Amino acid sequence: MTNQLVLLGSMVLSPLLFLLRGQTRYWGAMVLHLAAIVASSGIALSVFNGQTWALDTGIYLLGVPIQLELDALGAFYVMVINLTMLTGSWYSGGYLKPYEATKTALELSLHRFVYFWLHLAMLIVVMVPQGTPFLFAWELMTLAAFVLVAFEWEKPESVHAAVNYLVQMHVGFIFILIGFLLIQQQGGTFSFSGIAQTKMPVQAFLMLFVGFAFKAGFMPLHTWLPHAHPAAPSHVSGVMSGVIIKMGIYGILRSLIYLPKEHWLSLGAVVLIVSIISGIMGVIYAIMQHDVKKLLAYHSIENIGIIGIGIGLGMIGYALGHPVLAALAFAGGILHILNHSLFKSLLFYSAGSVYQQTHTRYVERLGGLIKKMPYSAFLFLLGALAICGLPPFNGFISEFLIYYGSFTHIGAGDMNEALILLGVILSLALIGGLAIFCFTKVFSIVFLGSSRSDSTDHAHEVTLGMLLPQFLIGVVILAIGLFPGFFVHYVEKVSQLYLPDTSLPVTYLNTLSYVGTASGIFILLFVVLALLRNLQQRRVEVAFGPTWGCGYTGADPALHQYTATSYADNFVQLAEPILGVETHYTPFEESEIFPKTHHFDRHQHDPLEEILVDKPGMALLHYLRLSAVFQSGKLQHYLWYGLVFLVIVGIMSLLNLL
Amino acid sequence: MSILIYILYFFCAMLIPGVISITKAKLSGRKGPGLLQPLYDIVRLLRKGSVYSTTTSYIFQYAPTVNFAAALVALAFIPLDDIPGMLHFQGDFVFFAYLLGLGKFLLILNAMDTGSGFEGMGANREALYSMLAEPAFFIVMGSLALLSGHSSFVDIFGQFQETTQYSILLGFLGAYILGQVAMVENSRLPVDDPRTHLELTMVHEVMVLDNSGYDFGIIMATNGLKFGIYAGLLSNLMVPDWFPIGLRVGFALIVSLLFGVMVGLLESFRARNKMARNPQFILTLSAVSLLFFFTIMIIANRI
Repeated sequence: MTNQLVLLGSMVLSPLLFLLRGQTRYWGAMVLHLAAIVASSGIALSVFNGQTWALDTGIYLLGVPIQLELDALGAFYVMVINLTMLTGSWYSGGYLKPYEATKTALELSLHRFVYFWLHLAMLIVVMVPQGTPFLFAWELMTLAAFVLVAFEWEKPESVHAAVNYLVQMHVGFIFILIGFLLIQQQGGTFSFSGIAQTKMPVQAFLMLFVGFAFKAGFMPLHTWLPHAHPAAPSHVSGVMSGVIIKMGIYGILRSLIYLPKEHWLSLGAVVLIVSIISGIMGVIYAIMQHDVKKLLAYHSIENIGIIGIGIGLGMIGYALGHPVLAALAFAGGILHILNHSLFKSLLFYSAGSVYQQTHTRYVERLGGLIKKMPYSAFLFLLGALAICGLPPFNGFISEFLIYYGSFTHIGAGDMNEALILLGVILSLALIGGLAIFCFTKVFSIVFLGSSRSDSTDHAHEVTLGMLLPQFLIGVVILAIGLFPGFFVHYVEKVSQLYLPDTSLPVTYLNTLSYVGTASGIFILLFVVLALLRNLQQRRVEVAFGPTWGCGYTGADPALHQYTATSYADNFVQLAEPILGVETHYTPFEESEIFPKTHHFDRHQHDPLEEILVDKPGMALLHYLRLSAVFQSGKLQHYLWYGLVFLVIVGIMSLLNLL
Repeated sequence: MSILIYILYFFCAMLIPGVISITKAKLSGRKGPGLLQPLYDIVRLLRKGSVYSTTTSYIFQYAPTVNFAAALVALAFIPLDDIPGMLHFQGDFVFFAYLLGLGKFLLILNAMDTGSGFEGMGANREALYSMLAEPAFFIVMGSLALLSGHSSFVDIFGQFQETTQYSILLGFLGAYILGQVAMVENSRLPVDDPRTHLELTMVHEVMVLDNSGYDFGIIMATNGLKFGIYAGLLSNLMVPDWFPIGLRVGFALIVSLLFGVMVGLLESFRARNKMARNPQFILTLSAVSLLFFFTIMIIANRI
């Protein structure tokens, strides 16, 4: 009961943020966030321990009573939301400090207030099972995120990104609404559980899937992500990528609970195919990006793909009669929700630290930052290794679960099953390899080598207040990598909602602890070898000098470094047809004996965005412009329109048409 | 027993670079270095002082150590037929492949840390080639998992010979693919030529241009270990598991050394690919491994 009161209290007290100023406002917001975190985590933990939690608020919304309840899926999401919001609000203290000078007190208070309400809205979304309050909470979440993205509203690209986000979310909202209406019209109730009763569960599920896929950023509905994430302040992009897009996955997972199992094979195939496309295309487009946060945004699409691969494979596995495969795939997909929220928020925060210090997100202007920001560089590297799915970090565990299920069952069925599983294995391997290519690129260009412009001149390590939440994430990332069994235990409680009669056999859980042990052995061996190396270095002569230039010392070393464009070049040559790359350059002339200054420029636009958003949008705008003929600005014309309207109404009523 | 297997492969790993250079020397009519010369080189390097570029950071200091530790742990996963490696669990080859990926990730950063255009070029090529080669390994392992119904190195290789009457044929085909993957992963011909003197055409060699002393020593040792790892995998595919244990160890030793001789032969008679043709060459490997997969599907009566 105290938990509910604390939650309610934090809601009621949140407007007080408008009265606070400066650092007190930050601490005030922190207190609110902490109150919400402690209270909701308390409820979530009790749910994990097997208790049920339900609360009738007694409030009616459009005649529907709001009854909150929390199951294992909701409880899992509460923990993910809380962890990311904790680090996000903690980190925001240092990140927003420079804005104290440029933004008004009202803007900053509004920002903190909305940030807190985003937190609450997400908690409510995962607690309400009925359709109407769910849609309200969903809309509240979308609007809060909209206000947060538009924080720097004086920049046109921020406003553009925010409005783009808002429009696309509402297109998605319409699909969700249609899904619910379809359920209600075909015999169910206006809620998720209605899918079980309706006569058209497949159509309803597909509608909801499309609607939620807008939020989750499945390809080709991802086009808002690469705009919104870079435009938002980093503590917001961390949360957006870490949890808001996962709310789309939440919607899909929630609908899936009630979807009759006989449809799992066909719909699982849909989910799997969409996810594989998102996973591979997301990382391919990410390689092309030269804006750090845009690159991370495309990686979110890739990771949503990995989560979807887990869910889709789980559905197919169950339908084909392999409950253990289903349990492993679901566990992998659901664990990846937590994992991605950890390393992606970490990456956004450390990229935000770089942006705060250098005022640019364009990687070609950065370089050599590891010497000025050693801790931020270390944290970014940690996130990069984790997102590539490399041991001993958490990303490996979730991908391993999916691999593990696939390899143990590849011989268990017929040709089609073997081909599906091989497809999953190949996609994961390809995504992993491409991610390594992408993150070696971005880490090297931003943090290694020498600086490429004067942007980095005044960069310093960020404050401890900004580093500590990132180190906290780092600790959790390593903990999942080393003790996967503990976390999979909780994840399994979620996956048992889908597979009530299946739990992972003990041998499979043992395997996970062996993975943790092997990771531990590796870390131990590395530490021993590193100590040996330090010992050796102390005994020998160590000298310093310039990088070996292969005999060429003419130019500034920063100029003949590899750039992000040149790093991506050999990949572009392979994948050019699907990339939408444009290259502009002045070629060498034949008579040019001594090379003059040449210009080379390559940029990428998302071909899917062009086909699905830009072209239809432009066409719509074209017709809307044509209709502007009527807006002549003359009063006489408007009176005419009124008269014509009345005449038409008169004629139609005479003819009994109205 | 597992420790003995580890020592066996470690021993092979240390010998293979020597075998390769002897083979190449004999074929080109030179006397060549002793079998243990690469080992002496490593020991000499481990005792030397280091020169660091002022552009580099802590990544450059520790990346070779990570790579070395990864290779040492990865070697512990290789079994000898039904004798497990020191580390073994279901799905261990996924861990194995990703651990080697971690080492590669750090080695690429090691090269990029120097801020040299040449090393960037090598790092970039290495990243692309290893990305393209990864699917081939997973398809081969997936096929073997399908055939055996198991999902760890020791379970797959432990009964590989008895599973079908075609195991010798499959063993050679698998060994061919893994051998080619090994050539890509170890940056040997035809993808990369370790003898080349022009930085522009190097892949692996140019990545470690700035490493010196101890770090360069362990990079050399890692290269050897990787040969040991792949030689171990090839032995598992080729060595009949009904042999008594002593004979198997001998056979594994012969397979490993023959692998070294094959690499030497290949490097003596073959020219390096044009750089632009390398992706095509590596993707062909994945295509061949798909053939391997379909062959196994037919043998296992899945088609």
